[in-house]
Amino acid sequence: MAGKTLAEKLLSEKSGTDARAGDYVEADVDVAMAHDITGPLAFQTFDEVTGDDGELFAPDRTVFTIDHHAPADGVQAANNHNAVREFAAKHGAHQFDVGDGICHAVLVEEGFVGPGDLVIGADSHSTTYGGIGAFGTGVGSTDLGTALATGELWFRVPKTLRFEVDGDLGDGVYAKDLILRFIGDVGFDGCTYMAAEYAGSTIESLPIHERLVLSNMAIEMGGKTGLVAPDERTESYLERQTGNEIDLGDAFVSDDDADYEAVHSYDAAALAPQVSKPSNPENAVDVTEVAGTEIDQLFVGTCTNGRYEDIKVVADILEGETIAPNVRLVVVPASKSVYQHMLQTGVFQTLTDAGAVIQSAGCGPCAGYHQGVLGDGDVCLATANRNFPGREGSMESSVYLSSPATVGASALYGEITDPREVETKRYDDTVFAEVLP
Amino acid sequence: MTDAFAGDGGRPDPAEPGRAWVFGDNIDTDQITPSRFIVSSDPDELATHAFEDLRPEFSESVEPGDFVVAGENFGSGSSREHSPLSLVGAGVSAVVAQSFARIFFRNAINLGLPVLICPGADVIEDDDEIHVDLDAGVVTNHTRDETYEAEALPEFLQSLVEQGGLKAYTKAKLDG
Repeated sequence: MAGKTLAEKLLSEKSGTDARAGDYVEADVDVAMAHDITGPLAFQTFDEVTGDDGELFAPDRTVFTIDHHAPADGVQAANNHNAVREFAAKHGAHQFDVGDGICHAVLVEEGFVGPGDLVIGADSHSTTYGGIGAFGTGVGSTDLGTALATGELWFRVPKTLRFEVDGDLGDGVYAKDLILRFIGDVGFDGCTYMAAEYAGSTIESLPIHERLVLSNMAIEMGGKTGLVAPDERTESYLERQTGNEIDLGDAFVSDDDADYEAVHSYDAAALAPQVSKPSNPENAVDVTEVAGTEIDQLFVGTCTNGRYEDIKVVADILEGETIAPNVRLVVVPASKSVYQHMLQTGVFQTLTDAGAVIQSAGCGPCAGYHQGVLGDGDVCLATANRNFPGREGSMESSVYLSSPATVGASALYGEITDPREVETKRYDDTVFAEVLP
Repeated sequence: MTDAFAGDGGRPDPAEPGRAWVFGDNIDTDQITPSRFIVSSDPDELATHAFEDLRPEFSESVEPGDFVVAGENFGSGSSREHSPLSLVGAGVSAVVAQSFARIFFRNAINLGLPVLICPGADVIEDDDEIHVDLDAGVVTNHTRDETYEAEALPEFLQSLVEQGGLKAYTKAKLDG
């Protein structure tokens, strides 16, 4: 019998079975998460299945965040926030409040998830945790609400679509460009019901903050999760970040003879910076094809590319410069600690001097809720993960997706600009950990 | 599997004919429920905004027992259960699509909203009168006098549905 993929191994471990693609298993959940939009509905389910005296399966491994409408943009949002606060307090769960940051950023930074964990989040970008070797997957509120009570959930064991990348990425080319290319190649539903697995020498050399980008956007090709095998880089990142000792003893890698649905191979050196045109992430093209496109707004942030390293790449490009007069630049740090890093290192000053608007940590305008919503005819270039019709506001607006470097270069020139036209830097993970104690 | 869906909790019976509302490929959760309305978790309120930007007439004239018919990858995007919930609130009998995004499919099953994968659904047009046989996995188009084969639910999901859906299943597990 063929060996197992990383996804099969993780679900075998959590279900206590010899799990193979296609099997249905009930698996033990390590960490469960919901936020201000999906939480209230999950709480209803939890109360319904447990009655009045319900207890969480593991309060210390249950996390709620207030990040989507934060700070509240209306009474209903504020009431949802209160529902999260009350439920978390009643049941003793961890709760992050307004300004603390986006669920996916916070869970990784604060060490709630680790290699080998099964993490369910009532948010589709819960695939992000695959970047540190956890089986992270998005579920709905009913799934989450029942799992909060039992600590278990059913899963269909996914087949795996493997992306192998070797070689060195060129200047101005980042993990974001890789994932946009992958989605462009397999399509918006090319990984539906499957796990994406990212491997090869390029992936091994990527810092964790870039691996998280690959995993975050697995859902944009329909993926159930997006996995990078955890390694020493994962270990040292988490140890630096959390101060916890990490034991990779139970970490996993796919067997050499594992059975993949397909393997897509790439030469990193041949990849140009990518831009996904409206209104689907699969519309990825080389930046040269859309260079010169006029834009109105630029947005740096989200659970995809709102980390300190991402924002610093933009600040480096704008250092001592001002953004073009025809555009507005909205920057939303992914977490409070990213915000504090920006203050401490001068990145905040650099960006505001250049003309950027900087908002408190959270999801910002990513899903068109508030703080930068687009009007009719507006064109935005964003570091976000989605550009569906009307995603950031008006159905008559349009969103292009790119890396932070492409956004930085484009802010400078006021039109979509190839980041290879400016000097760009890349950062390893130590940049973030070194600034604050 | 029909028993858990048909007529359960006031749900319309997909075996009864109803009007088809036809949508294209890649209808994402933002298009089903525009994000500005998902501060509510109330199915009735959500129903008043279903497809509001994409097709404003839907929420005004959809009737209980109507069907949503779509192309590939219906329900892509967010994990928000508000999207299938808005269709439950609107009284939609079932969603028939050529394919579904994973989380939407799962959420719909959990909520008791029947979802059928039907590769031949692309010939159904707006206002066609259809009904579905969930047991047999067949969609019947009365307007065109045609039938289309749909995929039956996998055995595991059928058994989950037969036990009354995920909430009932979990309640029984906790009580057991």
